[in-house]
Amino acid sequence: MNWQVIKAIVRRDLLAVSRSKGTLLPLILVPLIFMFLLPAGLGYFTPALSDMPGANMPDMAQFLDLLPREAMAEFETYSTDQLMIVFMLVYMLAPMFLIIPLMVATVIASDSFAGEKERKTLEALIYTPTTDMELFTGKLLSAWVPALVVSLVGFVLYGLTTNIAAWPTMGQIFFPNITWIVLVFWVAPATAAVGLGATVIVSSKANSAQDANQIAALVVLPIVALVIAQATGVMYFGTLITLILGVVFWVIAGVLLWIGVRTFRRSEIIARY
Amino acid sequence: MDKSPVIATQGLTRQFGDITAVDHLDLEVYPGEVLGFLGHNGSGKTTTVRLLNGVLTPTAGTAAVLGLDPTTAGAELRRRTGVLTETPSVDERLTAYENLSIYAELYSMPKDQIDHRVGELLTQFQLADRADDRVSGYSKGMKQRLALARAILHSPELLFLDEPTSGLDPVTTRMVHTLIRDLSGKNGRTVFLCTHNLDEAQRLCDRVAVLEFGRMVALGTPNELARNLWQGLRLELETSLEHVNATVKILRELTGARDIAQAEAQPVVTLSLSKRDLVPQLVNKLVETGIPLYRLTPQEPTLEDVYFALHEKEEAKV
Repeated sequence: MNWQVIKAIVRRDLLAVSRSKGTLLPLILVPLIFMFLLPAGLGYFTPALSDMPGANMPDMAQFLDLLPREAMAEFETYSTDQLMIVFMLVYMLAPMFLIIPLMVATVIASDSFAGEKERKTLEALIYTPTTDMELFTGKLLSAWVPALVVSLVGFVLYGLTTNIAAWPTMGQIFFPNITWIVLVFWVAPATAAVGLGATVIVSSKANSAQDANQIAALVVLPIVALVIAQATGVMYFGTLITLILGVVFWVIAGVLLWIGVRTFRRSEIIARY
Repeated sequence: MDKSPVIATQGLTRQFGDITAVDHLDLEVYPGEVLGFLGHNGSGKTTTVRLLNGVLTPTAGTAAVLGLDPTTAGAELRRRTGVLTETPSVDERLTAYENLSIYAELYSMPKDQIDHRVGELLTQFQLADRADDRVSGYSKGMKQRLALARAILHSPELLFLDEPTSGLDPVTTRMVHTLIRDLSGKNGRTVFLCTHNLDEAQRLCDRVAVLEFGRMVALGTPNELARNLWQGLRLELETSLEHVNATVKILRELTGARDIAQAEAQPVVTLSLSKRDLVPQLVNKLVETGIPLYRLTPQEPTLEDVYFALHEKEEAKV
């Protein structure tokens, strides 16, 4: 594979994405909401909420029953207010973080695969001396790398926000824990890859980036299920579960990308053009 | 010709379901030649270009382009060909400079040559002043010029131009024509020109191939085709100024007469007859009506005459 060519495809796609307000806006707004506004609000206001008369706090006992012994030991040192903050910011929002790599990957990939077909710019690219695999790899990386970068930046922002916003109550740095490290460096890349695989397959049939994005966005449903499972105490998002989740996501991503690469043949693409 | 062909196809066929887009194409194109590939929309021109560049696989038959098999050496082949697609296909979110420099990288041009080559083309195609503007603000002609610049960026040996002047203003059209002549004449490049602009084909092409429903129905120089394939006659007649309108009216009523055109402020009318046998009928009708006929001169048939004759023949078969 010619990496200079792949780099040129990535540069081209990223330049195009950076100049489209419609594509760029969700890439900035969603991380800003999930990684800054939400943790800042929760970190600052959670203790006040628990003090409000008639406030329905989550069933902590059910959640605490699911915790492994080491976590229980950690939790025993916290006051009720501190426990609420850790519960909300470290555990409740953990699966929600996965929406970031997923969203970035699907938005950029929809623009790169289906959007290019819509703008009729793919034909000229198909006539270049790139191989199908170089084209496919270039387009994948142009969505996957930004997904990882935005996730990483989001993680740092989330870490700073939670620790600063909750400092008056916590009085210590409590974020990140090992689960979050696994989440960011193992599960997030896999989640982005799942989003990519789904988008590539959908894009081969879709006529516009918007269509592709809307259908591919359905892969967010398993993430929502994780959030609900965590919130209702059905599942504890611990390190082991997170590691296993990563393996499952990588396997799904592998299958989707394998199907995707088979649909990405210039002869098939041009025949539908 | 004694040179080995740049393009040689044998029985090249491509089907899409029940539709045969290219039907047993046997064609040879020689170095330095401008070959016109004529046909109406959907006649198989674009599919042929795709097959010859290895971006589409044939259902049957073989092709050798620049000595390579497009089905197995597509990437290597595309390094040596340039293609101007029917729609300009330029990225409107990028600037002209970015469009060209990124494609230069895709063609693996040496980095130290990219700036120079891109600058040279932007100047040649009169885009240098707007090089850093996004292409979305360009006119159609500017986008087409940019697409042309991109097609020749890597100095291809063989250039495929799919409707290069479609929708362009006369000045840009002339510029494109000059470029095609220079590429072939001065630089010895081979040009495969897909067009349905018959005047363009007649002016620029050494030979033309006519495609109808995927089949090549004629191949030769424009004059050869006119001589061999057109049974009609192109005429110029002279009458008096006061009778010229009546003449045109009579000619329009004559079955088999078409392309009737009156010269501006002159008592001269040109027309095409589908058969030579119509000449006595035409003369009789004019004389009977009392129209003075001072001159009746046969003209060289145009490619348009040949094309329509072929088209009518093929349609009659269907």
